[in-house]
Amino acid sequence: MTDADPVRLYRTVRLIRRFEQRAVELVHGGQIVGGIHPYLGQEGIAAGVCAALGTDDVLAGTHRGHGHVLARGADPARMFAELCGRLTGLNAGRGGSMHAADLSIGVLGANAIVGASGAIITGAVWARRRQGHDTVGVSFFGDGAVNEGMLLEAFNLAALWRVPVLFVCENNGYATTMPVAGAVAGSIAGRAAAFGIRAVEVDGQDPEAVRDAAAAAVDRMRAGGGPELIEARTYRFDAHHTFEHAVRLDYRPPDEVTRGRARDPVHIQGERLSDADRAAVDAEVEATVDAAVRFALDSPEPDPADALTYLYASGMTARTGGG
Amino acid sequence: MPRLSYRRALTRALADELARDEAVFLLGEDIQVGASLVTTGLAKRFGVDRVRDTPLSEQAFTSFATGAALAGLRPVIEFQIPSLLFLVFEQIVNHAHKFPLMTGGQCAVPVTYLVPGSGSRTGWAGQHSDHPYSLFAHVGVVTVVPATPADAYGLLVSAIRHDDPVVVFAPAGAMDVRDDVSDLEPVPLGRGRIHRFGDDVTVVAVGHLVHDALAVAEELADQVSVEVFDPRTLYPFDIDGLTESVARTGRLVVLDDANRSCGIAAEIIASVVERVRLLAPPRRVTRPDGAVLPFAPALDRAVQPSREQLATAIHLTMKDSS
Repeated sequence: MTDADPVRLYRTVRLIRRFEQRAVELVHGGQIVGGIHPYLGQEGIAAGVCAALGTDDVLAGTHRGHGHVLARGADPARMFAELCGRLTGLNAGRGGSMHAADLSIGVLGANAIVGASGAIITGAVWARRRQGHDTVGVSFFGDGAVNEGMLLEAFNLAALWRVPVLFVCENNGYATTMPVAGAVAGSIAGRAAAFGIRAVEVDGQDPEAVRDAAAAAVDRMRAGGGPELIEARTYRFDAHHTFEHAVRLDYRPPDEVTRGRARDPVHIQGERLSDADRAAVDAEVEATVDAAVRFALDSPEPDPADALTYLYASGMTARTGGG
Repeated sequence: MPRLSYRRALTRALADELARDEAVFLLGEDIQVGASLVTTGLAKRFGVDRVRDTPLSEQAFTSFATGAALAGLRPVIEFQIPSLLFLVFEQIVNHAHKFPLMTGGQCAVPVTYLVPGSGSRTGWAGQHSDHPYSLFAHVGVVTVVPATPADAYGLLVSAIRHDDPVVVFAPAGAMDVRDDVSDLEPVPLGRGRIHRFGDDVTVVAVGHLVHDALAVAEELADQVSVEVFDPRTLYPFDIDGLTESVARTGRLVVLDDANRSCGIAAEIIASVVERVRLLAPPRRVTRPDGAVLPFAPALDRAVQPSREQLATAIHLTMKDSS
């Protein structure tokens, strides 16, 4: 089921890169309000992991989640529209950057409480397997989430009930501004080991290395194995959140940032393509992103009268707040 | 007519829904042996895959249920004690409740959270005796507090079939109530019930306190004609039903086993006085502000709303309008 094509893998990282760069521009231009948590620098992880998944599989992530949604194959135009709060967005403008979801392709959403996705995905995978599907799941989270109790509870539950969930820790070195060394006692892989969960560390800047690690884990899980964990070492090229573009926070030494940016997953994967292939992908991605931004900005905004549409799936309505 | 206890009514509701719908399954601590005496026998009948014992990982299994619901199942979680709801408030409110809106209507999260034995159980002290139903009404999660065996059955069935999260508080004070029950059927969410008609004052009583209100109404029958309104569902609240009652009686007293500030009694009173001009100021009988139930039985009783307090409130309301 793994997609071993280096060109498509390059396209995914390139698409996420250009999407995020344009999204940052839209934040600066005021078309995206509230800012975003850019995925810049971490593209190889979402791209590599999603290349190892099949159509029946599910994933969920965190508020640094654009890459997961795009790598899974969501429409970039509807994703941009969501970020811009438009009616045509994936979530009809109700989720925004932090909560983009596309359940039609198994993206069960992104949570701003960063350890939340582990247990949700465990439940979803368990349910789908009970219904006869061969589903595996992926829970994406950062190094900050490994200190949230509910994620550790999810490790336990998934291992105990042998639910095939791939826990993917995107260790970019910082939980917002808190370095891993200041927050994580023991180790991330050690947390998995405590629950009998097989864990591997992988170079998160190399999309193929991530893909191969994920594919091996998915194979073992489909063969009846329990959950696994991948700790993907990565580096966030940009801010934790775009508010840092306005408010400079001094927590990453400049030489560290320079070194981190030097290992760029888009370049690493791009080097594996011929110049012609790379140029063709770049052109196609550029056209796709251009069209996607146009689609978003041309799309209608939701009607304020519909602010609480979708509050209840049952169709219940809520009292309005006016006097 | 067969006599049915409130507790067995809950068991019947769970069994009937497990039998009716393959998507329903139960999740909770010690439910295979039935430590709370509600899930008794269900693991044997439906299998341990559908009646799943969990480790003491309340946050994880609450979110596990959310995930299972996103994938099309209808989980029912039993929480042995009401205070566990504080531990999983985030998982219920921030995830289960918000997902339909945040995804723009892409999903439903039909999970039922059942708390058999909410409120005070004498001698269980500060961390086992809360009645936090007002919190769920505040955030907009469907909240039901049945008072009778028939309503316990009917509201739990409706909760399980409902497409949004529902918290079902089964008060400890009602668990041993028995009733003659002929037909068991679903009870619609959001619809109150008048247990006793009266002309002078409407008493709204929540959960087990319905029985106290009925007793007080009988006691005072030769002095004042008391109507007893049981909302059954606290959110969404049957404000139309209550308005109709208060419009007839002109007076309102609320009996509510929640803390006073921002308790559901406050919301009930505000919602009524927005619509009805009363003959006397409304009154509420509640737990004190910020109550923590002390251990010693006399102290425990002292912070729970009592029949004496209710009788006094009714008398004062009548006096205020005379």
